[in-house]
Amino acid sequence: MSSNSSAQSPVKSTGLHIGDAAPGVAKVDPIIIADNVTRTFGGLKAVDVDHLEVPRGAITALIGPNGAGKTTLFNLLTGFDKPDTGTWTFDGKRLNGVPAFRVARMGQVRTFQLTKALGLLTVLENMKLGAQKQTGENMFSSLIKPLWTKQESEIEERAMEILARFKLDTKKDDFAASLSGGQRKLLEMARALMSSPKLVMLDEPMAGVNPALTQSLLDHILNLKQEGMSVLFVEHDMHMVRHIADWVIVMAEGRVVAEGDPHTVMEDPAVIDAYLGSHQDVDLGVVTGRISGEKTAEAEELLAEIDAEVGLTDSAAYSADPEKNEDTK
Amino acid sequence: MDWESILSNTASWLISPETIAYALAALGLAVHFGYGGLLNFGMAGFMALGAYGYAISILTFGLPWWAGILVGMLASVVFAFILGIPTLRLRADYLAIVTIAAAEIVRLLFTTQVFDSVTNSADGLGNYHAGFRAANPFPEGTYGFGPWTYNANGWWVRVFGIGLLIIAALLVFLLMRSPWGRVLKGIREDEDAVRALGKNVFAYKMQALIVGGLFGALGGVVFALPSAVVPSVYVTSLTFFIWTILLLGGAATVFGPILGAVIFWVIMGFLSNVLPAMASSGLLPFMSTTQAATLRFILVGAALMLIVIFRPQGILGNKKELTFVKQ
Ligand SMILES: Nc1ncnc2c1ncn2[C@@H]1O[C@H](COP(=O)(O)OP(=O)(O)OP(=O)(O)O)[C@@H](O)[C@H]1O
Ligand SMILES: [Mg+2]
Repeated sequence: MSSNSSAQSPVKSTGLHIGDAAPGVAKVDPIIIADNVTRTFGGLKAVDVDHLEVPRGAITALIGPNGAGKTTLFNLLTGFDKPDTGTWTFDGKRLNGVPAFRVARMGQVRTFQLTKALGLLTVLENMKLGAQKQTGENMFSSLIKPLWTKQESEIEERAMEILARFKLDTKKDDFAASLSGGQRKLLEMARALMSSPKLVMLDEPMAGVNPALTQSLLDHILNLKQEGMSVLFVEHDMHMVRHIADWVIVMAEGRVVAEGDPHTVMEDPAVIDAYLGSHQDVDLGVVTGRISGEKTAEAEELLAEIDAEVGLTDSAAYSADPEKNEDTK
Repeated sequence: MDWESILSNTASWLISPETIAYALAALGLAVHFGYGGLLNFGMAGFMALGAYGYAISILTFGLPWWAGILVGMLASVVFAFILGIPTLRLRADYLAIVTIAAAEIVRLLFTTQVFDSVTNSADGLGNYHAGFRAANPFPEGTYGFGPWTYNANGWWVRVFGIGLLIIAALLVFLLMRSPWGRVLKGIREDEDAVRALGKNVFAYKMQALIVGGLFGALGGVVFALPSAVVPSVYVTSLTFFIWTILLLGGAATVFGPILGAVIFWVIMGFLSNVLPAMASSGLLPFMSTTQAATLRFILVGAALMLIVIFRPQGILGNKKELTFVKQ
C-alpha cells in the first residue's frame, strides 16, 4: 500500500469544513480547537490566533513564511511554551496549562524542526523510549526484570516493525548520533509513532531529506491518515503540500491569514501577499521549495501558474522575479 | 628510599575506607552526571550530610548506629529535594551553580559556632564508634596478610563498606539496564525530546538526584565509620576529587567509578609516600618534604585535565559514548 500510494495521486479527504473556507472556519470534526491564543516575545507578537480548528482524520499543512509563528504555535499547542492568553482543546479536553509530557500522553505527539535524535542511545533504544505505559519505567519495578521483560519484547517487536517501514531496521544497534540528518528525521518520526498517537504534529519533516527519502516520507505520512491518525505538519515545499495535504492553514506574522484546500489556498491573494507582497526580501525559494537553486524551473512554473490563475499582471511576483534570476545565476 | 614500606603503604589503599567511601560517592555522581546529565557539583554536601547525620544521631540523640545511617540517608533525600525542586526545571548549568553553593552552605552550617553543642563546630565529631563496633561479627585480634593486615574493627569497617558498595553497584546496574535507565539516558541527551515522548522528565531527574545523593551520603557514612567527622574534609575540593575519579573510571559505567577510586587512592597513596621520600633524599631540590606532599594535588589537577582532553569517556567508557565531547 505504502509503496504505490504516491505513484498515483493520494486520495484527498474533502468536506472537512462548515461554510466558506476562511481563517478560523469551523470544521465538521475538529481534533484541536484553539481560541484567542497569543504569545509575544518582547514587542513581537509571534502568535496571535483568534480561532483555529484542525480537522480530525485528515492531513493538515501549516504553511507561512519564515518567522510566521508556526513553530511557536506548535510549541504552545504541545505545552512546550506558555501563551500570554488563550485556551485550546485537544480531542475535547482542555489543554492549556497542561505540561508537555501529559499532552504527549494524551495522544498528541510532535517532532521538532531541529531534529532531536538522542545521540548516545541506539536507534532501537530511541524507538523503545517512544512507547507509553511501560512498567519498567517506574523506578521500583525497573529493578525486577521479570516484571517488564515481556512488555519489553512486545515493544521491541513493534519498534522493529516501524523501523522496517522506515528502512532503519539495519541500523538498530547504531548510535543515533551516527545517523545522517535525513535518517534522524525519519527516526524522530518513527519514534513518535511508537506511542500510537491520535494526532501527529511534524515540524518540517522534509527539511534536509533527499528527494528519494522525501518520497518515502510522504508515503509514511499518507499511511498515518490511512491508519486513522490526524496529521498537522509545517512545510515550506509547496509541491509536497499540494500533494498530500487535505487542508492548508496559512500563517503570516503570527496570524492565520487563509485556510482552505491546497489548490484554492494557493490562489488566495492573501497567501501570495503573505509570501511575496509584504516580504519581498524573502527568497522566492520559500514559496517554491527549499532548494531554490534546483527547483528554479518548478518555481517559475508555479509562479506562472499562480499568476495565470489569479490574473496578477503587475504583482509582487513580478517585482520579485528579477531578484531571483540574479540569485540563481 | 625505603621502597618496601612505600609499596606496602600504597597497596593498603586498595581497600581503605577512604577508597570505598570515594567509590560510593563517585557511583552516586555516575547516576547524576554519567547517566542523567545532572551537573552536581555538591557531592561534598551529600557526603557531609551522611557523615554528620550518622554521628549526630548517635551522639546527640542516642540512636543505634544503623538508625544513624538511615538518618544520614534521609538527610540527603531532603537535601536532594531542596536542591532539585527549584533547579531541575531550569537549564543544567543552574544546578551546577546551586549545588556548589548549597554544599558550601551545608559545610558552613556544620562549622558555625551557633550549633556548637550538636556539631562541635570546627573541631568536628568523634567517639561515636561504640555501637558499630559492638555489632562487629569479626573475632578479636589482628589478621590478614602483607599490607592488608588489620584489627577486627578495621576489617569490620572495610567489609561493611564493601558490602554497601556492592549493593550500590548492583542497584546502578539494575537501574541502568532497565527502561527507567533508558529514560534517564534519554534525558541526558535531550530532555525536550523525552518530554515530547510523554515522560515526566522532572520526576526522573528528581529520582536520579535522590538515588545518587543517597550513595553520596553512604560514602560520607563509610568515611566517618573508622575515625571521626572532620568538617574541613567536606570542602569543594572533595567534590572535585570525586569528579576526577568519575571521569578517570568512566562516567556512564558501573565499575568505572570503583576502578577510578582505587586508582585515585593508590596513586595518591603512592605519591604521598614517594614524594616526601624523594624530597628528603634530595631528589626534589627546592622543596621541603611538606611541600612535596602537597605536590600530589597539583599532579591530580593536571591528571584531570589530561583525562578530559585525551580520554573523555574514562578508562572503562565506551569510545563512542563520550560524555564531554558531543558529536
Ligand atoms: N524564544 C524566542 N525568543 C524571541 N523570539 C522568538 C522566540 N521564538 C520565536 N521567536 C520569534 O517569533 C517569530 C516566530 O518564530 P517561529 O519560530 O514560530 O517561526 P516559524 O514560522 O516556525 O518560521 P520558520 O519557517 O523559519 O521555521 C519569529 O519572528 C521569531 O524571531
Ligand atoms: Mg519553524
